[in-house]
Amino acid sequence: MTSPLQQKIKITGPSMVTANRTWDGVVIYRTASKGWSTDLSEAAIVRTADDARALLAESVADDVGAVGAYIAPVQIRDGGAIKPGNLREKIRSQGVTIELPVPA
Amino acid sequence: MYAYDEIDRTLINERVSEFRDQVKRRLSGELTEDEFKSLRLMNGVYLQLHAYMFRVAIPYGTLSSEQMRRLAHVARRYDRGYGHFTTRQNIQFNWIKLAELPDALADLAEVGIHAMQTSGNCTRNITADQWAGVAPGEIEDPRIWAELLRQYSTLHPEFSFLPRKFKFAITASQHDRAAIKVHDIGLRLHRNAAGETGFEVLVGGGLGRTPFIGKTIKSFVPGRDLLSYVEAILRVYNQYGRRDNIYKARIKILVHELGIEKFASEVEHEWLQMRDSALTLDDDVVEDIRSRFTYPAYEKLPHMPEELKQAAHDPHFEAWRTNSVAPHKVPGYAIVTLSLKPVGGPPGDATADQMDAIADLADKYSFGEIRVGHEQNLALPHVARRDLPALWRALDKIGVATPNINLVTDIIACPGLDYCALANARSIPIAQELTRRFANHDTANLIGRLHVNISGCINACGHHHVGHIGILGVEKNGEEFYQITIGGRADENAEVGTLIGPAVAYGEVADVVEDIVEAYLALRARPDELFIDAVKRLGVEPFRERVYATR
Repeated sequence: MTSPLQQKIKITGPSMVTANRTWDGVVIYRTASKGWSTDLSEAAIVRTADDARALLAESVADDVGAVGAYIAPVQIRDGGAIKPGNLREKIRSQGVTIELPVPA
Repeated sequence: MYAYDEIDRTLINERVSEFRDQVKRRLSGELTEDEFKSLRLMNGVYLQLHAYMFRVAIPYGTLSSEQMRRLAHVARRYDRGYGHFTTRQNIQFNWIKLAELPDALADLAEVGIHAMQTSGNCTRNITADQWAGVAPGEIEDPRIWAELLRQYSTLHPEFSFLPRKFKFAITASQHDRAAIKVHDIGLRLHRNAAGETGFEVLVGGGLGRTPFIGKTIKSFVPGRDLLSYVEAILRVYNQYGRRDNIYKARIKILVHELGIEKFASEVEHEWLQMRDSALTLDDDVVEDIRSRFTYPAYEKLPHMPEELKQAAHDPHFEAWRTNSVAPHKVPGYAIVTLSLKPVGGPPGDATADQMDAIADLADKYSFGEIRVGHEQNLALPHVARRDLPALWRALDKIGVATPNINLVTDIIACPGLDYCALANARSIPIAQELTRRFANHDTANLIGRLHVNISGCINACGHHHVGHIGILGVEKNGEEFYQITIGGRADENAEVGTLIGPAVAYGEVADVVEDIVEAYLALRARPDELFIDAVKRLGVEPFRERVYATR
């Protein structure tokens, strides 16, 4: 499999790096302070391919803490709120779109 | 039920210890994800959108009540209180933590359940007709041979790194409930002209990106030669199967590219060299496996007991009995299918409470045995007909007595974009909406047998190609769209469905299915002409016209 760092990085708007936390699989976002957060609003936002590559590189380097890091689009709303940039990320961020068989 | 021996128990327990050590080393950083990934996959652990997903094998779809209770325990203790039964007789848990997985595996191992070979490029869970051993007219119980294949293929060193995954399905009935024609190897147990029992062997079936219906490579292989013959197939595949392109790596592509005649001659050549080898199955080996399957001590019971006569006055009971109860090979008994397709529910999901209750009902009414079908429903295989009214009331109480088996709301659906990292579009909400549209039982009955299958991506876990109506989720410019096929089927007359036209938006899918169904009701030759037969007779065009005339 091609390493994420070797893949061509093309971003068309504001983006972040997301992954799953290794020990429990929970969705996490790379923060500007080189850590991870489960809160999308704390994600570091990049706007160029070079910045995205750099953010991804430092994220992938944390192989113990996170798994499967990749770059994903976000929308920045008026006022600066960060929202998922596509349906997949919306589902990862907000949960399944259906009622679970057993309410959480 | 099959009773595992000491070798099986040791193998499963050793596997738990091994995986516990691997997880420990992964969490400490001693193993990188690249190093760990293939190890976790070999234990059924995937990484999905929100969490790890844990896929547990249910060999040939047979579970004891004790095993079902343990699955409920895993759902409750390590997950979110439910599990998802899949189209390959597995169960998946969607929210499990990697750090807790070894404990979950250990708990399952205590009752002989494991997750070996539920992923990876190896022989996957051997699936079978969920009515095996109880279906009237069956040649013999195909699970004996499925178990032989399971033992043969488990951790087989030569076939643990095949070009791609490899799936077997087996049936011993004329009517194929195991979808053998869409498996890498399909096996149909039958008798030849001389009255001997053996296998029709099909090869190269499969769905996914490039669907193919399996082709008969040999019409009769005696039981004694089963392992040597499938090994010859696996060897040819292992040698010539493409490893350079994941999309062309399945055996179906090799069979297609070589042609079945050339492929068969390669297999024959290989087989002749090893036919009479250690793989030849002596009768006593088969008998040993056969003897480890235990069968209930059936009583002599009437076909129409008083309890059943009285309950027949209740139209709700009768609706369920007519729909969900099938004949059994033993007079006085029945096979009962439990619908995991309630109106508005996710297809194939069962809560831990339901699993526990089903286990109790299996103990009370089905000699402690439960079956899992590839249609994502469960079955109690040994129910005395006198117990049907009481069983129905109990099943109804826990929400698994929806009388919709094989009807339009008995939908097969993959987890789709709500859970799956590969999906392009959601499957479950589409299924839920369709079950609401067709919730009226009289309407569903009027429509008759109609299989709707939904996949959230081209990998086709929802078997959309072989749905009478198939729905495939695709992504177009960031939006969910769905391609609709009709005319597919997964039985002994298996066919791949035909696309009816351009993909439609998420919000239009249920309307389109309604249009197709309305067209069928208007066009069918008589009330008992099934949807699939009407499509065969009429072709796609009238349905295409109906769907796209106003779109």
